[in-house]
Amino acid sequence: MGLNTSPIFGGDGFITTKLSAIANWARKNSLWPMPFGTACCAIEMMGVFASRFDLSRFGAEVARFSPRQADLMIVSGTITYKMASVCRRIYDQMPEPKWVIAMGSCTCGGGPFDSYAVVQGIDEFLPVDVYVGGCPPRPEALIDAVMKIQKKIEMQGAPVL
Amino acid sequence: MSVSIQQVIDSLRNKYPYAIGEIKTFRGEVSVFVKRELIREICSYLKKEFDFKFIVDITAVDYLGRKTPRFEVVYYLHRFGPDFEENIRIRLKVEVPEEDPKVYSVTSVWSGANWLEREVYDMFGIEFVGHPDLRRILMPEDYEAFPLRKDFDVRNREPSKRSFERALKEGT
Ligand code: SF4
Repeated sequence: MGLNTSPIFGGDGFITTKLSAIANWARKNSLWPMPFGTACCAIEMMGVFASRFDLSRFGAEVARFSPRQADLMIVSGTITYKMASVCRRIYDQMPEPKWVIAMGSCTCGGGPFDSYAVVQGIDEFLPVDVYVGGCPPRPEALIDAVMKIQKKIEMQGAPVL
Repeated sequence: MSVSIQQVIDSLRNKYPYAIGEIKTFRGEVSVFVKRELIREICSYLKKEFDFKFIVDITAVDYLGRKTPRFEVVYYLHRFGPDFEENIRIRLKVEVPEEDPKVYSVTSVWSGANWLEREVYDMFGIEFVGHPDLRRILMPEDYEAFPLRKDFDVRNREPSKRSFERALKEGT
């Protein structure tokens, strides 16, 4: 990537880059989250979207309740096996490229619920990119997770086509 | 007509002398043991005569290894009196043996009992005869165990996993 203002090129200045770099730059700064909130952590996630913590500062405030229009799934809350198939299905419905944040101890490893109904970590059935511990995590922790996703997109990117 | 809990108990005793078992009072809460076959009659009698309009809860207890018969189904009935003193809550208990875990459904008396009975069925495997729609309510419909029975290990996730995998395959 480089800014070129040489008079040979007309002097207006333009940027040379790779398509994948610019696509990932756009992706990283306009994440559209799909909030999969099933329990108490979801309240904290709403706090992140709302004005006090304001995720729109990171370009990720457009919470899409339709998986077809989202590329970041924030799983926040206890996931039971009955819900797990729904969760997986919604993930499958999201278009590529997509990322997953596991928010809270429940999604990371079952949390306080070592019981017959609760999945002990959503990585049993979903590819998780960032884990956020805490019960529930502070909004800052979720913002940090979103920033880590941004970093991941920037560093590794995703294929453009 | 002012009604007291004693009146309710007395009239139950008079009306169903053979169906009423032990009556226990603990901290002002009254529990009445009722014969299994007559639970529906007694419930509708209480509703008609004493205006027990509200079925607060239906639940069950598993006394595995402590007591036979193994299960008790517990009904909480409430009456909204005009005065504070006439707000009466009564607890009915029905003993259910392990070999034949069946009770008559009280959905014909209170439609609110529908989901409560489904929950007891889901968790304890007690069947409610005459229930209009006795399916599992919390666990997946093809779940194989009854998780609140004492002989079920609460950490046993295998039945849940099997239901989950089936749901994934069938896309439901
Ligand atoms: S991690 Fe804690 S706060 Fe979050 S969903 Fe689980 S129990 Fe609730």
